[in-house]
Amino acid sequence: MTEKNNSTQNGHDPSRRNFLKNTGLVVGGVAGGSLLGGFFTNQSRSNDEGKENTETDSKNAHPARARMFFGRYEDFIVLAHAAELIFPKDDNGPGAIELDVPYYIDKQLAGTWGVNGDDYRQGPYTELEKLKKLKDDDKANHTRSNRGKIFLEGLRKMNAESKKRFDISFDEASEEQKSEIMSDLENGKLEMKSIPSEGFFALLKQATLEGAFCDPLYGGNKNMAGWHMKEFGGAQMSYANVIESEEFVKMEPVSLTEYQRNK
Amino acid sequence: MAKELKKVDAVIVGTGWAGGITAAELTKKGYKVVSLERGKEQSREDFIGAKDELKYSIRYDMMQDLSKDTVTTRTSMDETARPVRNNSHARIGNDMGGASVHWNGVSLRWLPYDFEIRSKTIERYGESKIPENCTIQDWGITYDELEPYYDKFEKTAGVSGEVNPLGHKRSDGYPNPPLKTTPSIELFKKAATNLGYHPYRLPAANMSQQYTNPDGETINACMYCAFCEEYGCDFGAKGDPIVTVLETAKKTGNFEIRNESTVTEVIHDGTKAIGLKYIDNITGQEFIQPADIVVLAGFVFTNNKLLLKSKIGKPYNPETGEGIIGKNFTGHFSNISTYIGARGFFNDEKWNLSMGTGALGATVDDFSGDNMDHTDLDFLHGYEIRYYHLGQRPIDNNHVPEGTPAWGKEYKEKNLFYHNRNLIIRAKTGFLPNRYTYLDLDPTYKDELGDPLIRATVHYEEQDIKRAQHGVERCKEIMTEMGADIVDLIDVPDDVKFDHKFYTNHFLGGAIMGKDPATSAVNTYSQMWDMENLFVLGGSSFPHNSNHDPTETIGAFAYRASEGMITYLEGDGGLLVEAKQTSNA
Repeated sequence: MTEKNNSTQNGHDPSRRNFLKNTGLVVGGVAGGSLLGGFFTNQSRSNDEGKENTETDSKNAHPARARMFFGRYEDFIVLAHAAELIFPKDDNGPGAIELDVPYYIDKQLAGTWGVNGDDYRQGPYTELEKLKKLKDDDKANHTRSNRGKIFLEGLRKMNAESKKRFDISFDEASEEQKSEIMSDLENGKLEMKSIPSEGFFALLKQATLEGAFCDPLYGGNKNMAGWHMKEFGGAQMSYANVIESEEFVKMEPVSLTEYQRNK
Repeated sequence: MAKELKKVDAVIVGTGWAGGITAAELTKKGYKVVSLERGKEQSREDFIGAKDELKYSIRYDMMQDLSKDTVTTRTSMDETARPVRNNSHARIGNDMGGASVHWNGVSLRWLPYDFEIRSKTIERYGESKIPENCTIQDWGITYDELEPYYDKFEKTAGVSGEVNPLGHKRSDGYPNPPLKTTPSIELFKKAATNLGYHPYRLPAANMSQQYTNPDGETINACMYCAFCEEYGCDFGAKGDPIVTVLETAKKTGNFEIRNESTVTEVIHDGTKAIGLKYIDNITGQEFIQPADIVVLAGFVFTNNKLLLKSKIGKPYNPETGEGIIGKNFTGHFSNISTYIGARGFFNDEKWNLSMGTGALGATVDDFSGDNMDHTDLDFLHGYEIRYYHLGQRPIDNNHVPEGTPAWGKEYKEKNLFYHNRNLIIRAKTGFLPNRYTYLDLDPTYKDELGDPLIRATVHYEEQDIKRAQHGVERCKEIMTEMGADIVDLIDVPDDVKFDHKFYTNHFLGGAIMGKDPATSAVNTYSQMWDMENLFVLGGSSFPHNSNHDPTETIGAFAYRASEGMITYLEGDGGLLVEAKQTSNA
């Protein structure tokens, strides 16, 4: 009871961490929270050669870079590593983490999509054995569980599998170890209750690509870097004058924020 | 208790092309019309700045709210159907203007062969050519009789196009010249020409120039912004019901649209329709809107559901082959009719694939309908080969050559490299009706009002599979000629089954037209044989599916039906055409 009362009022109270530590309630959560910040900002710093140093100062960080759906940091960091594995940073440009894909997915799961709010949700649903026979991209639609619950189950399964096989959490596992788990997820070899694991892989991959290439208004595709990599123009007013061109026409992408400002 | 409203001349379900054209034609003649639309009110202003792929192409903002009403599907009569739960598998139009607001704009006429498919097949190949379970029938009308209505639709929607070199008689050219072309369209046309085929530009309801239609509605020139199909137009540059017929109807002062009004039943006395019962989605209040004529112009599922629920016409029974309502359900099913073909990956070419518009492209008609000789082929009807330049948006287009891992470094590398270096050409096939593909009411699943969902049983016959495979081969041939370094086929396996997806809005049948009341629900004026003041319009009246897109034919029949309704209202009622017994029952 005491700790509950305290936690509601001490968002900026440095004594909170000590208090929690002393009560032995949480260690990973709070410490991890700051680690995650470091992980994200280090990535963008190394990419932008220090231009985004302001992000290390939490007061100037983008307000959408906070967790809305994921309570546990532990789940969120698994998501971040899984998304980065699907869409990694390379010579072409940033990977899922720098594109803010994990925050994009977090916001989506917190909204209508996460609770299948636009879907037909009357039973009977399809049983696990029969779900295996459906197309991978349809499996998540026919389970009783919603997308938010599928994500939590899937990410925790990946983490548990890493701990079981390698005695290390997923985010701290080596590239090779993480890849082994991801392959098993993709090939339906991880056992899940809500859905065959290849169905969760399809959902995770789809959400990762959405976060990499959506309009930045959704919190992903940071700095339109996803669009830069694909040389996609975004919300251009018109291509009428250039569409006939024999040459490839490179255009600076336009976000909806910019487009609608001009209206 | 439903509140009964004041009688009007006509009450219409739906505000898409079929309902919109009807509303415009009747109100122009001075008749008072009420349209009931279950979706929300929309105007051009809703689409300004609507260039949001996630909202419209991935979360399907303009599509039917499946949480309230959907369809169940199965592939044979001995299966239990399951509901389509998410819009990724059913992109059914919704809201004012219906699917016609977010359509691509492909405006093709159907073929003379289509309307007389049974007679022409027998004439050329003999009756034994028609497979056992294939239920093709003549429509009771010829292309020549329908041609003036096609011309009318093209002028209303402002179609931009060039005349098909293999096309049929036209009373006039297109009202607008073709859209701009692109290097990849020209590459496709060149390859097809080299192979001896006859490519031509897809006729498009996307304006190649600013245009004012015969009703005085102005449609703007297309900006090629690439947010077209699945989107309302940012610029009012697409021929759709909002900028044309609904606007025309409003200007007469004789028209009222009631949005958020879900029609639940046709009220009738067994011989005549009295009106429509509907529920206001916002208040829950029930109303009855009486009218001299009642028009069902909803999507195929809506029309069939209302007929079955209102007990009008005899439900189709696949066991006996008797009955009509629900019969001859067909469509452009994604894994056999639309999303099949060849994808080419080019290492040394790069195109401006961010750009485009809904119906920008070219097609080949050499294999359409009965254009090729089917004597030595084990299927009837045919396919187009089509290339679209509709704008390759980044979430929906992540294509990598076969054999590439599904994630990780190599996946990302190839995904990015080929993003502007891959082209797909598709075989768009016709689909012929069969005894075991039909609509009825689902025994288990209900909509939000507690009424049964429509159930679609979709069975592919061998000829449908052969037709599709033939089309994929042509795609491969053309893509190879185009010079792709890698050609991946989106193929059709011998044992392919319906994939439970309704990707297009091209789903047809169930209340089909014909000459004979024993084998059809409506006549060629879309008038119910069993109920002379009830007109059932739209794709539900098509006895089969051509390889060409259905919209323009829906529009043409809506003009014809409106003409019939005016004759009916001006005269003493009665059937507009004489019922005839035919031998093809």
